[in-house]
Amino acid sequence: MSDLVSKSSVVSSDQWVWGLFAMLLVLAPWVFTSNLSMTMMSQMGIAIIACLSYNILLGQGGMLSFGHAVYSGMGSYFTIHALNMVGQGSFYLPVSVLPLVGGLAGMGFAVLLGFVTTRKSGTTFSMITLGMAELVFAMSLMFSEFFGGEAGVSGNRVVGEAVMGINFGPQRQVYYLIALYTFVSMVLLYALTQTPLGRILNAVRDNPERVEFIGYNTQQVRYRAFIIAGFFAGIAGGLGALNFEIVTAEVVGPARSGAYLLFTFLGGATFFFGPVLGGILMVLAFVLLSELTKAWLLYLGFVFLFMVVYAPGGFAALIMVNLRIFKAGAFGRLFNGYVGLLLSGLLMLAGASALIEMVYHLQLNAAMSSQLVFAGITLDTHAASHWWFAGSLLLAGLGLFEWQRKRFMGVWDQVQADLAGAGSKP
Amino acid sequence: MEFFVISMLNGLSYGLLLFMLSSGLTLIFSMMGVLNFAHASFYMLGAYFGYTLSGVLGFWVALVLAPLLTGAAGALFESQVLRRVHKMGHVSELLVTFGLSYVVLEVVQLVWGRVAVDFTAPAFLQGPLFTLINHSAEGLSLVAGAAGGICTPADPAVRIVCSPFPATRGFIMLTAIGMVVSLWWVLTRTRAGLIIQAALTHPETVETLGHNVPRIFMLVFAMGTGLAGLAGVIGGFTFITEPAMAATVGSVIFVVVVVGGMGSLSGAFLASILIGVIQTFAVAVDYSILQFLSDLGVKLSANAQNNTMLQLSVSQAAPVLPYLLLVLILIFRPRGLLGTRDV
Repeated sequence: MSDLVSKSSVVSSDQWVWGLFAMLLVLAPWVFTSNLSMTMMSQMGIAIIACLSYNILLGQGGMLSFGHAVYSGMGSYFTIHALNMVGQGSFYLPVSVLPLVGGLAGMGFAVLLGFVTTRKSGTTFSMITLGMAELVFAMSLMFSEFFGGEAGVSGNRVVGEAVMGINFGPQRQVYYLIALYTFVSMVLLYALTQTPLGRILNAVRDNPERVEFIGYNTQQVRYRAFIIAGFFAGIAGGLGALNFEIVTAEVVGPARSGAYLLFTFLGGATFFFGPVLGGILMVLAFVLLSELTKAWLLYLGFVFLFMVVYAPGGFAALIMVNLRIFKAGAFGRLFNGYVGLLLSGLLMLAGASALIEMVYHLQLNAAMSSQLVFAGITLDTHAASHWWFAGSLLLAGLGLFEWQRKRFMGVWDQVQADLAGAGSKP
Repeated sequence: MEFFVISMLNGLSYGLLLFMLSSGLTLIFSMMGVLNFAHASFYMLGAYFGYTLSGVLGFWVALVLAPLLTGAAGALFESQVLRRVHKMGHVSELLVTFGLSYVVLEVVQLVWGRVAVDFTAPAFLQGPLFTLINHSAEGLSLVAGAAGGICTPADPAVRIVCSPFPATRGFIMLTAIGMVVSLWWVLTRTRAGLIIQAALTHPETVETLGHNVPRIFMLVFAMGTGLAGLAGVIGGFTFITEPAMAATVGSVIFVVVVVGGMGSLSGAFLASILIGVIQTFAVAVDYSILQFLSDLGVKLSANAQNNTMLQLSVSQAAPVLPYLLLVLILIFRPRGLLGTRDV
């Protein structure tokens, strides 16, 4: 009985969350009004759809794909070509439905290439997706008529007459189009997780053998999930084409596929909202972090390695676990540990980043001056004391962090055990 | 004829280089079930170590030391990072090596810069190993080293074509064959090799017999990455040492491993040679569908003659061929050429 009550309350809280999310999408441009934030929010919407579609494979199907950008990228190309054809008057389609063209293109390529890739699962699947991604990327350099060569294909999204004053000229109008697509895609993708296909996909991830025993063809399940993922990736790509009005070969490149994988994982593949966080992080990293330091990919790589080893559920899992501890009132016991980890982690980061920035400075602008300003501190690459100081900061940080981590893990295990004990009691 | 011989030798040497990489990858995969996504990153690391060390300590020391250092880096990564995620399953292992490939690429750019470094072959490997001379009157002959003045005929009626074979390519073949033989000898003829083979299939039993299986895993990982480092040193001065070198060769060796059959060393060998030869020949062939059709006597409209698809020559399509081979293999023989299990 109590089970039933809690279930119905979950549904209503779900509706609350969706409502809040819709409000957020609508109101965000009125809060963050600058041009930068407007373009960033548009990109976030696109990245959210892309990461969510990737997570059908990674999180829900256990398929680690190295070539997801193929489907979003082909979506981009088909959308921009459709846009240009509409502009030339070859046929008529409203600009607002053009991302669907991209979606269909992504789906078409998923049908075609997925037939080969989804024959396998696990590690082999990953390698084949990598091969497919390289195949398409190499082809993009061969067929310059379709892919536009080095310069790419550009277009103009303001075509035809304005409908109710909307011509998609201003960024704000594009943002709302993206927001609408983001919201609808999210609802659909969430609904997918509740369907029999979504459920059996989870089963295929966890135990393919048993799924075969109960009479399902695991290859078919993977194939269908792959096609759906391709469709939504194509929509994200189509929106990207409308947003940037230019598509270059890098949209199908391995770097883009890698970014989808990296940020979907960082956001958290085990929760539905993880990739949403991942998409937001992706844009923040690409736009802001890359401004802050030239070595941003290095930091990103280290954060990724750290997360794979210590927090395989990504940020979403970290948030959910701590929320649970907070609800159980045990957060106070962990608080000291968190502060210790944070402080020692910051110490480690300060030392490591000072070293990294000094080496980069030597590499890139050594001819100009030996000094650089990093985080408000002037570092001199010629002063040995600066190197020693940064190095010892790093070592001290590492030592303290390891010590704090061991202590924290002890408390953490105890808290987990207590929570599990409390949960199992009648 | 001389074109065929030289291309074949070039293809073989490239294939053998691919095998030096894919053998390590296969060894690690069949032993630990880990696909080392960063394998090509170790190849790159080997090239850069070789570049720096050869500048300080000379070529021969670098040739020995750089693979050892690369192997040590591999062992460090295995014992400190990879081992921790082993219990979380294959996806995590793949992810962690994927993350490593990012880190290694960035570290290389941090330390050695974003542009190619000037890593050239030592003096004794510069120039050709031998030159094939096709004399229109005297026929085919072979000269060791560079041909010199023979190639420019005194008599204008005589046509002479000289095709040099670079010494660096010969060195690749020599090293790779030496490596294959010693690898085979270690794996099948020594006690350590037998223990490795046993740990491959029956890790629990080997552990019960008192062997330290995690340490064997670490050694295998070090061996695989060390081989990649060795390939990196000789590949580095034969081709080009730059941050993009890992990405160029990385995806090809994954194709090799799938085409050969996951976990099969002999399959990897066959596939490496196959792909090396195919790619080398394709680069040299300037033949397109358009030419093929016109050779057949098919008359095409001007519009069709401007078609990019038809104009595409085999040499332009060369980068795609390994992946097309991959697709064909997966459709017609999903377990790979010599694979025994359907993974």
